Amino acid sequence: MMPDQPKYKTSDEVDFVVVGSGAAGGIIAKELSENGFRVVVLEQGPYLTEADFTHNEVKVLNEDLLTNHPKLQPNTFRKTPDEKAKPQRALVYGRLVGGTSVHFTANFWRFHEIDFVERSKIGPIAGTGFTDWPITYADLEPYYTKVEWEIGVSGLAGASPFDPPRSKSYPMPPLPVKGSGVIFEQAARKLGWHAFPAPMAILSEARPGRSACVNCGFCLAFGCEVGAKSSSLAAAIRMAEKTGRCEIRPNSYVHRIELDANGKATGAVYFDEQRKVHLQKAKTVVVCANGAETPRLLLLSANKQFPNGLANSSGLVGKYLMLNSGGVSMGVFDEPLNDYKGFAVSRIFHDFYELDAQKVGFYGGGGVDARFDLTPISFAMGALPPGTPRWGKDFKATLAHNFTRTMEVFGHGTSLPLETNSFSLDPDLKDAWGLPALRMTYKDHPDDIKLSNWLNARALELLEAAGAKQKWNFPAQEQQFAVHLLGTCRMGNDPKTSVIDADHRTHDVKNLFLCDGSSLVTSGRGQPTMTIEALAFRAADRIRDLAKRGEINA
Amino acid sequence: MNTDLGRRDFLLRSCSSLTAVWVSAHWPALLSAASHARKAGQSPAAPKLEFFTTDEAKEIDAITARIIPTDETPGAREAGTVYFIDRALTTFAIDDQKSYREGLPEMQERTHEIFPAVDKFSAATPEQQEEILHSFDEQVEAKSIRRPNRPRPAAKTFFETVRTHTIVAFLLDPDAGGDPNGVGWKVIGREREHMFQPPFGYYDQNYPGWQPSSTATDKSKS
Repeated sequence: MMPDQPKYKTSDEVDFVVVGSGAAGGIIAKELSENGFRVVVLEQGPYLTEADFTHNEVKVLNEDLLTNHPKLQPNTFRKTPDEKAKPQRALVYGRLVGGTSVHFTANFWRFHEIDFVERSKIGPIAGTGFTDWPITYADLEPYYTKVEWEIGVSGLAGASPFDPPRSKSYPMPPLPVKGSGVIFEQAARKLGWHAFPAPMAILSEARPGRSACVNCGFCLAFGCEVGAKSSSLAAAIRMAEKTGRCEIRPNSYVHRIELDANGKATGAVYFDEQRKVHLQKAKTVVVCANGAETPRLLLLSANKQFPNGLANSSGLVGKYLMLNSGGVSMGVFDEPLNDYKGFAVSRIFHDFYELDAQKVGFYGGGGVDARFDLTPISFAMGALPPGTPRWGKDFKATLAHNFTRTMEVFGHGTSLPLETNSFSLDPDLKDAWGLPALRMTYKDHPDDIKLSNWLNARALELLEAAGAKQKWNFPAQEQQFAVHLLGTCRMGNDPKTSVIDADHRTHDVKNLFLCDGSSLVTSGRGQPTMTIEALAFRAADRIRDLAKRGEINA
Repeated sequence: MNTDLGRRDFLLRSCSSLTAVWVSAHWPALLSAASHARKAGQSPAAPKLEFFTTDEAKEIDAITARIIPTDETPGAREAGTVYFIDRALTTFAIDDQKSYREGLPEMQERTHEIFPAVDKFSAATPEQQEEILHSFDEQVEAKSIRRPNRPRPAAKTFFETVRTHTIVAFLLDPDAGGDPNGVGWKVIGREREHMFQPPFGYYDQNYPGWQPSSTATDKSKS
C-alpha cells in the first residue's frame, strides 16, 4: 500500500520531475524534496511494498514480478554494429518503485581513488574511450559517507588495507559471517590475500520502520519483506514521502521529454496505467531511468532541434556501455555450510583491485567475494558439478548432498568502454506501447575476457587452498546479458566527448539532468550501486545550488 | 501446538528491540500466508485434476518419479508433483499445454518402439522407463553457472519441460505455492524457516571473529 502523498496536477508546474525511482532517482527525490522543492517521481513499474514480496521463485524469476518483462518490453541483441540484431532477452532491471535496488545483492563497495584517474596513471588504451572522470574520489567521499549513514550500510572501517580514505566509520557493524565467509577468509590468509567483512547495504541493526536482516535466504533477485535491504523503496523513497512535498506516481511510463521552442525542457510525457498520455510539467527534469532506459528516453525524444536524440550533440548517448567482467566459481565441501541462510556475501578481498598490466599482460582489476545467492530451484537447475546426471537417482543424490555444502567465489572486474558497445533504438521491434525497443550491441574487449579468466583461476586457487572436495568454473564467454548498465551518458567537461557535465547537467539542455549508471565514466570493479547513490547525493547538492542561484531556468 | 507462534516468541527474545517491534507488527500477515498454504496441503480430499485426465496423470506421475525417484528419501511422487504440474498448466505454465498434449502421445509411441510388449510408459519397469527417457535425453553441455537473475530459456522438448516442472514442483518454497508438505526442501536439507540466527553451519560455529592479518597491517602502513 502506498503511503499518503501530495497529488500534483500534471498542469501544475512542479520544481522537479524525476524519471525513475531506483538507486539514483530515490535519493534525488529525497534530497530535493527535503530541500523544500516540489517533486514528482514518475516510475514505470508498480508500487509494491514488503507485503507484496514473496519467496516464490516462479513468480519472481520466471514471471518477472519485480523486473522488466520480456513480453511487454522485448529487446534485441547483436555483437557488433554491422550485424542485424535479433530478438533476445538482453537485460534485466528492477521495474517497480525502488528499481533495481529492490532485488540486488547489496554488495556495497566504494570505488577506489584509482577508478577516477586511472587513464592518467596508466596511459591511453588504443581503440577504447578509456578516460578520467571530471571528479575525483575526494569529491565523492562525503557522499559515500552520506549513503552509508542515511541509507544504511553495514561494514567494518579500516578492515581492508586497500580501502580508500574515509571520513567516518560505518554506522553499524558488519553482518554475521557465513560459512562461505569463514572458508574464504582462512584460505585467503593462507595465500597472503586480505579478506575482510563485506560492506553491505543490508541492516545489521534495526532502524525505525526497518528490521535488521533476519537471514531468510531469499535475497538476490528478491524483495526484502522486512525492510532490511537498503533499497530506495525501504530507505530514500520513504524519506522523500515524509516531506509531504514528493509524489511517487507509479505505473507511469515516460517516453518523451518535452521541449519548448527555446530548447528548454518543460516536462515529461508518459503513459499511465490505462495507456493514456499525460505531460507532467516541471521547471527541471532529472532522468534516473537506468543505463539502458535513460539513453533510450533521450533517443525517443528526438525532435527537429535534436534530430539525433535529445542532449546528443556528442553522438555519445547510449554509447560506451560497460557491463563489468568477471566470473563465478563453485566449491563443494565435506560438511554443511548451510549458506542458503542469510544474505549473499559476507567476505571479500581487494588484493587484485589494480593489476599490473606489465605483469599480467592485460588491463584490469577486480574484487572477489565469497557468496551463496542461489535459491533451491536455481541451484538444482544450474549449480551442480559438470557431469552430474540431469535427472534420476544420482541427480537427486548430488542435489541432496550439495545444496548445503556448496559455496561460490565470485570475481568482479573492469570493463573497458568501447564506442561500439551501446544501447540504441531497434529499427524494427516495438514494445507493447508501440515504441522502438531497446537494442543492445556488445562485445567484450579482449582484456575483459582475459581478466575474467584470470580472476577465475585465482578463485580455483582459493578453493584449492580451502580444501574444497570439488571445484569448477567455466571459461569466460563474451557477454550477451546485461545486469550492470553503465557508461551510456558519460560525464565529462568536454561537450564533444561527453553527455553530462560534472553537475550531471546535459551539455545541450540546461534544465535537463541525468543521474544513474549511465553517468559513469569507468566501470569500477563490479559493484556500481554504491557509487551511483553517492553520485545521486552529490548531484542533488549541485542541482539544489544551481536552483537556489536561479541558474537552471536562466 | 502452534509452532509458528513458538517461533515468533523465540525470535522476539533473540532479536534487537526494534526488530522485535517490526516482527511483532508484521507477523500476522506472514503467519496467515504460511498457515493458509499449510492447511491447503493438509486437506484430506484428494486434489482434483484440472488439466490431465486420470490416465494422463498416471503417465506424468510415472515420468516425474524417474526424474526425482523415491529411494531412501521421498521423491517427486511424494511431493505431489503431478498435481502441481496439473495446476501449473492452467496457471503460470499455460503456454506449455501444447507441449504436454503433443509430448505424451510421442512418449507412448517411443515406449512401443523400444519395448513392443509394453502397453504404456507407466506399465514399464523402472529400468525400462529409464531407457525410454534416456532416448529423449539432450546432451546439454553446461557452459556457465546459472545466475538467479539471468533469463531461463524455455525448455524446448516435452521431456525437458517435464524435467523443469518436476524440479520446480519439488523445490518451490512450500509456504509460497510449493508442495505444502515441503518434501523437497527436507531432501535437500533446506530448513523450512525463513528466519535464522548464526551460526548457520559447520564452518562458522567456532569462528573466533575477524582479525587483520599481520601483512594487512604492514601494507596499510606502507
